[in-house]
Amino acid sequence: MQMQAVTTERQSDGAEGDVVLKVENLSLDFRLRTQILHAVRDVSFELQRGKTLCLVGESGSGKSVTARALLHILDKNGAITSGRILLAGKSGDIDIATLTEHSPELLKIRGGRIGLIFQEPMSSLSPVHTIGSQIVEALRLHRRMDKKQARAETIELLRQVEIPNPDKMIDRYTFEFSGGMRQRAMIAMALAADPEILIADEPTTALDVTTQAEILDLIKRLQVSRGMAMLLITHDMGIVAEVADAVAVMRYGRIVEAGSADAIFHDARHPYTQRLLNSTVKLERNQRSDGRADPVLLAHQPVLSVRHLSKLYGASTSWFGGNAHAIKAVDDVSFDLYPGENLGIVGESGSGKTTLGRLILRTVEPTSGQVSYFGRGEPVDVTGLSKRQLKAFHRDVRLVFQDPFASLNPRMTVKEIVGDPLVVSGTMKGAALERRVAELLDLVGLDAMAMERYPHAFSGGQRQRIGIARALALDPKIIIADEATAALDVSIRAQILDLLLEIQQRLDLSFVFISHDISVVRYFCDRVAVMHRGKLVEMGTAEQICTDPQQPYTKSLISAVPNPDPRNKRMMHRTRFTA
Amino acid sequence: MIAHTFIEDAPETGPAVSALKTGKPIETDAAGPWRLMWTKFVRNKVAVVAGIIILMLYMIGLFAEFLAPTLPDTSRPQFTNAPPQEIRLFADQPDGSREFLLHVTGYTMTVDQASLRRSYVIDDNQVVPIGFFVQGAPYKLWGVFPSDTHLIGPLNPSDTMYLLGTDKLGRDLLSRLIHGTRISMSIGLIGVTISLILGVVLGSISGFYGGWIDLVIQRVIEVISSMPTIPLWLGLAAAIPLTWSPLTVYFVITLIVSLFGWTGLAREVRGRFFALRSEDFVTAARLDGSSERRLIFRHILPSLTSHILAVVTLALPTMIVAETALSFLGIGLKAPVVSWGVLLQDAQNVRTIANASWLLIWPSAAVVLTVLAYNFLGDGLRDAADPYES
Repeated sequence: MQMQAVTTERQSDGAEGDVVLKVENLSLDFRLRTQILHAVRDVSFELQRGKTLCLVGESGSGKSVTARALLHILDKNGAITSGRILLAGKSGDIDIATLTEHSPELLKIRGGRIGLIFQEPMSSLSPVHTIGSQIVEALRLHRRMDKKQARAETIELLRQVEIPNPDKMIDRYTFEFSGGMRQRAMIAMALAADPEILIADEPTTALDVTTQAEILDLIKRLQVSRGMAMLLITHDMGIVAEVADAVAVMRYGRIVEAGSADAIFHDARHPYTQRLLNSTVKLERNQRSDGRADPVLLAHQPVLSVRHLSKLYGASTSWFGGNAHAIKAVDDVSFDLYPGENLGIVGESGSGKTTLGRLILRTVEPTSGQVSYFGRGEPVDVTGLSKRQLKAFHRDVRLVFQDPFASLNPRMTVKEIVGDPLVVSGTMKGAALERRVAELLDLVGLDAMAMERYPHAFSGGQRQRIGIARALALDPKIIIADEATAALDVSIRAQILDLLLEIQQRLDLSFVFISHDISVVRYFCDRVAVMHRGKLVEMGTAEQICTDPQQPYTKSLISAVPNPDPRNKRMMHRTRFTA
Repeated sequence: MIAHTFIEDAPETGPAVSALKTGKPIETDAAGPWRLMWTKFVRNKVAVVAGIIILMLYMIGLFAEFLAPTLPDTSRPQFTNAPPQEIRLFADQPDGSREFLLHVTGYTMTVDQASLRRSYVIDDNQVVPIGFFVQGAPYKLWGVFPSDTHLIGPLNPSDTMYLLGTDKLGRDLLSRLIHGTRISMSIGLIGVTISLILGVVLGSISGFYGGWIDLVIQRVIEVISSMPTIPLWLGLAAAIPLTWSPLTVYFVITLIVSLFGWTGLAREVRGRFFALRSEDFVTAARLDGSSERRLIFRHILPSLTSHILAVVTLALPTMIVAETALSFLGIGLKAPVVSWGVLLQDAQNVRTIANASWLLIWPSAAVVLTVLAYNFLGDGLRDAADPYES
């Protein structure tokens, strides 16, 4: 293994004193039952005052473990085997790697000199204490303030993280905050002790895209104004491009490439970095518009037609007839799906997009409205079908799930899973069934050898392929893909999308593609419908929605999507939507 | 800014690991859920030992007639409350040498003239040679195959060998304990089978359909589990006519114990059903067109079997303890049926405990060992029950 320096790159121009934290050849091992996992190998980087280093990599690359090692927060079976973590101090450097678990120096550094923001704000804040009391505690511990001072400082901190009415919100509990607000409170807590270094571990992964933009914006501004060094851990190249000064790409425990954001994005040298960038940038273009006739114009009749579909929760079953608290999960949605078309439905969490998918399949019963299906010549009124007739409809309209782990029965072999719809419908058995399953597996790019194995033998991407094979088993006309790529790593995401496109060409399918990820929808879909609070706010071709949105909500949504090009940062000058 | 650096060598294809143990790794790709469960279970050594103990107890129960040195109800009035005899390997020969001879030593009996109580002292001079596979009292194995071979016993059938002592009627405690194992271990098994059927059926219905069916079943469960069990057992057991044969009483007692034991199991199954019903793979199966019966039996119940197994293993000892308690109180099984509870009835007063402590020690030891072994086994099974976690 050899690190190659790119000679054309200018050497470090920052003054030596700017380095706050220096990691030298850090290695970490985890003892598993039968083997030792070298989770981090020979990792070196430095954090500079006022600069952001992004540690980017896919799941299992060791990026989070590296960050946690800086604070000695490791699982019991993990240990630092070699290397130094040097924290600059007034009286010389402190090597964090040599500190023991309960040494006072380490406790002073944790939260005092290095602040940490986690991915999941709900589980990292205590639900039984008020937001204020948790920050007050941090202040009293690290800055030795008395109660009154600490409270005043807490309100000031909450104001800095732009929580409205901080003097009132200080006495609220975690569950009264939205996801974005919780992350703000978490940031306030990390900032409480005025740290020199801020470590943010996937701080926006659990958040919606517009909230993500706001939080990143906030973190960036606070970091610059306070002159903190920041270590941001993420899997999203878009975020890296928007906020990073320097980038380190990790894979299987090693930093495979490091450099300035511009160098990484425009002069990537390592094949893995190039692949990661390619699969991100690839999604920036629409795959469907080039060289294909518009399916909407070609078809005379839609294959699926949804009219005024609504779903109210908490309205009908009440004994006291109170309709006041009913929630409109889906509110008067109408659209058509044409044969061979890919229709994307985008929206943030709670916009009703998943419910809409379930309403079409009637796994959730609609409150009002109509779904008509034209796949078999005669129009079929789906909303009026009996249980038995619904089964025939479910044979033509299939669902692909989000979670490739939960959607496959762990106790059945791949053959049984993929063949289940065929067995149930009584179409095939014995050797014919085996042939058909092999054919389906081949179609989704899996070896026929996979048949006898159980789902636990497969990776996330492979499992999603199995799920797709199951959906294709009965020669469907329409596939509803509900966040089908959300749980996958970027490089695998592109593969799955390409697979779906290829299958579509061969089998003449239509897709309803539900996603929160605008880039995925832009890549995959002909037309896009944007949902917001149960309503369909805008609908148009993918190109038009992504480049020239009309509605204010769509504008804010599109402009919040990070752009994977550090020379053209989109998020920082986005349009905001208030409603 | 930092210098642009990168690694030259070819990209790696997997995480870096180094093996701790040498040898072939377990091939899990094509391993079914039971194989995975087994590999996980075997790792828990305590549970494995407990499992072996349970297995041995059932073997003892199965071959009770053969393993017991004598019949459980042969009484010898001249040996009442006789203390345990030790097995010795060497005996003094008449010519003064010591030679290998498997034997127990006999008793000399003295009678206290004032209280007329007999006391036995081990007499080293009396040698009772013993051996394996000896001819003894005739019996019918499982009531079918006539035989008179016993695993261990005195070579001369008229001699006595009381390895664990005798009771107040001069019956061999070891033989009675071995025969009691059959009754006590099987009463748990039969009781749990009835509980299992009731619990799984009602729990599945309750959990799968939900709504008012669930409401009714859950209220019934609450009513049943709110009843104080001991008085209820007392009442029901007292209602059993004295004229019924011991075998009938045995089955009725099992039924009584199990009728109140199914509620916990039903709740467990219902909870699991609730959780599994909304799992994606169940929704997927529903959309595949599976009927409700297929959903329950093909998709949900297989995911439950391992959990049910664990719960059953933990329910068995409660059954055994319940039977022991009932019999101890004199309202469960009655002589001539022998169970651990019936044996403990003999140890109800202080005088017995003082003079013949073995009557208390051995039956209770059997109960404690069984209950502990079941609990360890159940814990191990529960931990191994879901091989897909983490």
